Amino acid sequence: MGGQTVSLVMAGSGGAGVVTAGSLLLEAAARAGWYAYMTRSSGPQIRGGEAAVMIRLGTEPLASHDDRFHLLVGVDWQNVGRFAAEIPLGPESLIIGDPGEGETPEVFTRSGAQQIALPMKALAKTVPDGRPNMVAFGAIAGMIGLTEDVVVGVLRDTLKRKGEAAIAASLAAFRAGVEAAADFPAVPRLPATQADTSERWSITGNEATGMGALRGGVRFVAAYPITPATEVLEWLAPALPKVGGVLVQAEDELASINQIIGGSYGGVPSLTATSGPGLALMTESLGLAVAAEVPIVVIDVMRVGPSTGIATKSEQADLNIAVYGLHGDAPHLVLAPTSVADCLFTTQWAVHLAESLQTAAIVLTDQAMGQARAVMPRSAAVSFIGQREKPAALAEGVQYKRYANTASGVSPMAIPGMAGYTYTADGLEHNETGTPSSQASDHQAQLDKRLRKLTGYNYGDHWADITGDEDADTAILTWGSSAGPAREALERLRAAGHAVKLVAVRLISPVQPEKFAEALKGVERVLVVEQSHSGQFHRYLRAQYDLPRQVKALHHPGPLAVRPGAIVEHITQWS
Amino acid sequence: MDACVKQRDYTAKDYKSEVKPIWCPGCGDYSVLAAITRALASLQLAPENVAVVSGIGCSSRIPAYTSVYGFHGVHGRALPVATGLKIARPDLTVLVTGGDGDGFSIGGNHFLHACRRNVDLTYIVMDNQVYGMTKGQASPTTDPDWEGSKLTPDGAGIESFHPLVVALAAGANFIARCSSSDPNNVADIITQAIRHPGFSMVQVLSPCVTFRPEQLEWKHMVRTAAVDVTDDAARAARRLMTDDGFNVGKVLYKGDRPAYQPEAKGAAAVADLEADFAL
Repeated sequence: MGGQTVSLVMAGSGGAGVVTAGSLLLEAAARAGWYAYMTRSSGPQIRGGEAAVMIRLGTEPLASHDDRFHLLVGVDWQNVGRFAAEIPLGPESLIIGDPGEGETPEVFTRSGAQQIALPMKALAKTVPDGRPNMVAFGAIAGMIGLTEDVVVGVLRDTLKRKGEAAIAASLAAFRAGVEAAADFPAVPRLPATQADTSERWSITGNEATGMGALRGGVRFVAAYPITPATEVLEWLAPALPKVGGVLVQAEDELASINQIIGGSYGGVPSLTATSGPGLALMTESLGLAVAAEVPIVVIDVMRVGPSTGIATKSEQADLNIAVYGLHGDAPHLVLAPTSVADCLFTTQWAVHLAESLQTAAIVLTDQAMGQARAVMPRSAAVSFIGQREKPAALAEGVQYKRYANTASGVSPMAIPGMAGYTYTADGLEHNETGTPSSQASDHQAQLDKRLRKLTGYNYGDHWADITGDEDADTAILTWGSSAGPAREALERLRAAGHAVKLVAVRLISPVQPEKFAEALKGVERVLVVEQSHSGQFHRYLRAQYDLPRQVKALHHPGPLAVRPGAIVEHITQWS
Repeated sequence: MDACVKQRDYTAKDYKSEVKPIWCPGCGDYSVLAAITRALASLQLAPENVAVVSGIGCSSRIPAYTSVYGFHGVHGRALPVATGLKIARPDLTVLVTGGDGDGFSIGGNHFLHACRRNVDLTYIVMDNQVYGMTKGQASPTTDPDWEGSKLTPDGAGIESFHPLVVALAAGANFIARCSSSDPNNVADIITQAIRHPGFSMVQVLSPCVTFRPEQLEWKHMVRTAAVDVTDDAARAARRLMTDDGFNVGKVLYKGDRPAYQPEAKGAAAVADLEADFAL
């Protein structure tokens, strides 16, 4: 967005080494002072399946992929055609293939892209221990303007343990690629920069989520592995003990959510991460956390559903279960980061809100965001004031009321170890002291209290990211990883002279009707953008907010990402 | 501990709350509740440093009837709640109470893994071989030919489950069986269970006088097990596999596996972890 960008894909079958080469390319680009955004697509195989790394590099921070890729390099084409829909190309694109690996699949060539032969395997053979993926890396580096000195540094650091011979072999293969591509047709070249990269990070969304949890104060995590959330937990596993926390692998998701309820009841901010199937299993106990008022945070890295769906690919279709999945009237928090970087902030904020409001918070990220790696500005540390409220000293003879019907709805929460405050936390409806009660008046009072603490809280400006033209009569409404392409679309539209506003909602629930109305003041038409088959976000907005009379919805299921161009088209062709 | 620091001597009464149990008159759970309070008194544990965690069922109502910290969660998930609590707060004494349906049916997977994980918990299962709260259905420990349920009028038709054999096989570090008809013995066993490190499994035969009135006979059927505690799992397995379920009053197995308690002692600042992401 802004600045210059180049978009490329490296694809190949298992063993072709495209993920390795893509990671090296990303690292080198970062050191060259460019920003980067990289996603991966893999086949279903456990090991060694076909893979594609999609990389966009630019001179400014990037929030999304482009509409099309400038360059597709197929180290080989075995099963790579399966990714075709995720790799949009056009007549201006280039496809580099190895003539020894057969024809480029028709699903790619029908785009009209220009085809170029690069005998990667044969060139690799000219170098002792040379590998075709390094030839591909060299060709790409040469074409986009990445200089050898940066690459040498990356190879040295990455292959240190493999020894000098391995470094030399990789470098020789890399050079062969650079040379062979010297007179290939042009793709956008990025300018050399002298940028100070000391304040930049290379981070995935899942890592950022983990970091946000720690910044928020989480010190107990229960984990059950599930694609694509596992990396959140695997990043936290060694990180937690360093800061005085603990991670436990649970026997299933029912156990992981109940373990964190136990840990949090004990006074330790607690979190788990899962994906759709796990969230479905956790919903009963989410209700327990709401009723017993135990703060917990559940990260849902969404994948294609329903059921097992497509476990390795992205979709924004868990919104309904996150908002409506709990039985009974169970007000809770649902939040969604709007970018890779925002996974950190939103998770930290979710911990803060859960602790302050003593309830369950669900954070909806997704595979595209969670497994994307971004080279981005370092995320500044934010500190929130106020955490879990503990009871003040009690007067002699006064009984502690765990669920006291306070004005704010938040009742000071004792933790085990505090003498004189013992109580029983209960999923049964209860009175103010926590004693089970089936009386209508207690139910009404506790329902009111649990709702009031959420609706009466001041969420400040964090409820949404609002950008663009303040007086615009057109707005784009979106959430989650669809906010990335929407931001890029907004820039393009404004550059073309359209007045548009973007509202990317971070706080999905509870709803913020006044702030929403304020944000949409003067707006006459809205385009709702999301990645779900049924338009869950659109329906949610319709149910919860007053929308202008003219509403259009741009939505499709995963795994295909929403492209900025599609958003631009919907706005510009709206007459 | 320095005697001067000690504020008072706790009695069993100090661990009882004012809340009146919902149980039927004659229910075995009354004496288990009494036994728990006596065990806590015998250990002189400060009420604020003890937590009782439960799921759903008649016996799972116990937390609110005590004056210690309590957690009454959802059906079948008491063990994970207790596991999280104990790992996050190793300074607390954590007891888990519940019935045979809660622990061995809906919570069966957690039971296996709690035995395996061997966190320092004391699990007290009041076994009455029936779902009482839902008015009399077969549980995992019900005999296959019991025809007293409208849900399975011809009997459950499947073999009952042997909790202590499973506990042993899954790795429980302490195994005992007792009878609610002898609350002093139950108190003594619970006291030992709390003292023993790791996961302690205490099965208490606790009759349901409403839906299994024939269990009133249990007090005449139980006998003090004619064995001494063993640390030999093979021997314990042989005894458990061959007994009729009415050998009570003794600790049957004590293992020496160390309790699972991951240490949380790192003192790094969160900002130190940012190095992971620097270019």
